[in-house]
Amino acid sequence: MRRIRNLMKTPEGMAGFGILATLILVALFAPVLSPGDPLRIAGDPLLAPFVDPAFPLGTDRLGRDVLAGIIHGTRTSLAVGIAAAIAAIAIGLCVGLAAGFAGGLVEEALMRVIDAFQIVPSFLLALAFVSVIGASVPVVVLAIALGAWADPARLTRAQVLSIRERDYVAAARVIGMHPVEIAWKEILPNALPPVLALSAIIVAAAILTEAALSFLGLGDPNIVTWGSMIAEGRNVLRSSPSLSIFPGIALVVTVIGVYLLSEGFGKTLAGSEA
Amino acid sequence: MLLDIANLSKRFSSGGRDVAALNDVSLTLPPGETLGLVGASGSGKSTLARILLRLTSADAGSIRFEGKDWLALSGAELRRRRAKMQMVFQDVLGAFNPRATVASVLGDPLRIHDIVPKVERPREIATLLERVGLPASYASRSIREVSGGQRQRIAIARAIATRPSLIVLDEAVSALDVSIRGKILELLVELQQERGIACLFVSHDLAVLRAVSHRIAVMEAGRLVEIASARQVIENPQSSAARALIAAVPRLVTGMPERPHHDV
Ligand SMILES: Nc1ncnc2c1ncn2[C@@H]1O[C@H](COP(=O)(O)OP(=O)(O)O)[C@@H](O)[C@H]1O
Ligand SMILES: [Mg+2]
Repeated sequence: MRRIRNLMKTPEGMAGFGILATLILVALFAPVLSPGDPLRIAGDPLLAPFVDPAFPLGTDRLGRDVLAGIIHGTRTSLAVGIAAAIAAIAIGLCVGLAAGFAGGLVEEALMRVIDAFQIVPSFLLALAFVSVIGASVPVVVLAIALGAWADPARLTRAQVLSIRERDYVAAARVIGMHPVEIAWKEILPNALPPVLALSAIIVAAAILTEAALSFLGLGDPNIVTWGSMIAEGRNVLRSSPSLSIFPGIALVVTVIGVYLLSEGFGKTLAGSEA
Repeated sequence: MLLDIANLSKRFSSGGRDVAALNDVSLTLPPGETLGLVGASGSGKSTLARILLRLTSADAGSIRFEGKDWLALSGAELRRRRAKMQMVFQDVLGAFNPRATVASVLGDPLRIHDIVPKVERPREIATLLERVGLPASYASRSIREVSGGQRQRIAIARAIATRPSLIVLDEAVSALDVSIRGKILELLVELQQERGIACLFVSHDLAVLRAVSHRIAVMEAGRLVEIASARQVIENPQSSAARALIAAVPRLVTGMPERPHHDV
């Protein structure tokens, strides 16, 4: 709670928090804000935006409500982004902790695996993964996480190595604390915050990757996503640019919101350590 | 002898540089005595302290502590016997987990060594706090809300919590204001006399050591070059290292009151 209050003191944090809170509310209440299947044909095709009050953002080539698509697309983007970030951080933490605590050959081997994953461009990895296994939300989440866990793993290991040398860890050994308790109570909680601070960046990247996959037709075809809406609008980009522009704006606003929040967190983190 | 260090050696090699941090160091410490360990920065004092506390391994040599081969202990047996040898660190910020509360700092050693039954732990924590001159109400504070001098008092309380027979203090007052320093030294001498705890008091400052030590050992570049009673080392130094350290403290010989003599 105190961290959130500190966060609200920075302008970035406040703006990011505001944007994301709004988006999360939209995602949660999507069925209320826009009842029914967003992929159903709701009216005449290619209605212009800001003309018909029933379709404030117009309709696409098939007569689907653009606003409904954007509202429901918020769900997909946030859910995939957050789930992928949680998966990436979880994998990264496990591998990083294992490398940091094990040392020796295990550490060497894990570091080479991390290197390998960092060298392969994460989007290519996701692309290959999804096209081989098939497009569904869990596969997309896993595909994105596979390309994103290496950074948190590397940072976790660096944190463990540095905190292990602190005096308070020596003090814990001196009072006879068990190594497992030292790892769990002394090292882990202090190693976590900078790694968790990475999560915002990972969420933003994951949202963009998901949109890019959907744009290429590799998203889950049964749900509406901003990426697939942009791809769909591309066919009539000259006559109805708004079909691509609105989901594009939604994407940009979301990513900016996440970045602002992470900036705010970064500042409060730096402030609390000083 | 409580502690018997024989022929201890330790080399560090980092970045192609090879340093003999400890070179064939031997010394003994009877129960209840305070031995001051003095030397210029980099002379190997902290290395000796860390090897003693089993935080670093030695290359060669042996340590007998309470009659046992201290370097041969490991695992659960070592953790159990660690209760008898405690340490106070120099860095009053770094020596505590930033998430700890005063109660958890003092409660951990009590719990690990089962010093008092669980229900009596809060009372024991209060007693420890009062013993080092802090109000018992400090127990609920976060360690971050406590000043430097008070943290060092808590560090001392943590060190005496397990009822040790030896406390190693590495530059324990060097980071403190001069005004606080005297009070902490007084507290240490008091505790040491009251409980008969032996102390290895590491410092680069002879004035500090003179106030607390029965004997003083002088280190230079990893070697122990002189060891004698505090008065002898200060009034009649035999080594050039001791003379240089004395010269660094103006009015040392006449300036400070000597530690009250008592039987050890
Ligand atoms: N972990 C380490 N790695 C490499 N060299 C070290 C390490 N610890 C100490 N040393 C070296 O050992 C020597 C003695 O250091 P130290 O015991 O810290 O001295 P003091 O406490 O007397 O200032 C120094 O030259 C120091 O650079
Ligand atoms: Mg030192």
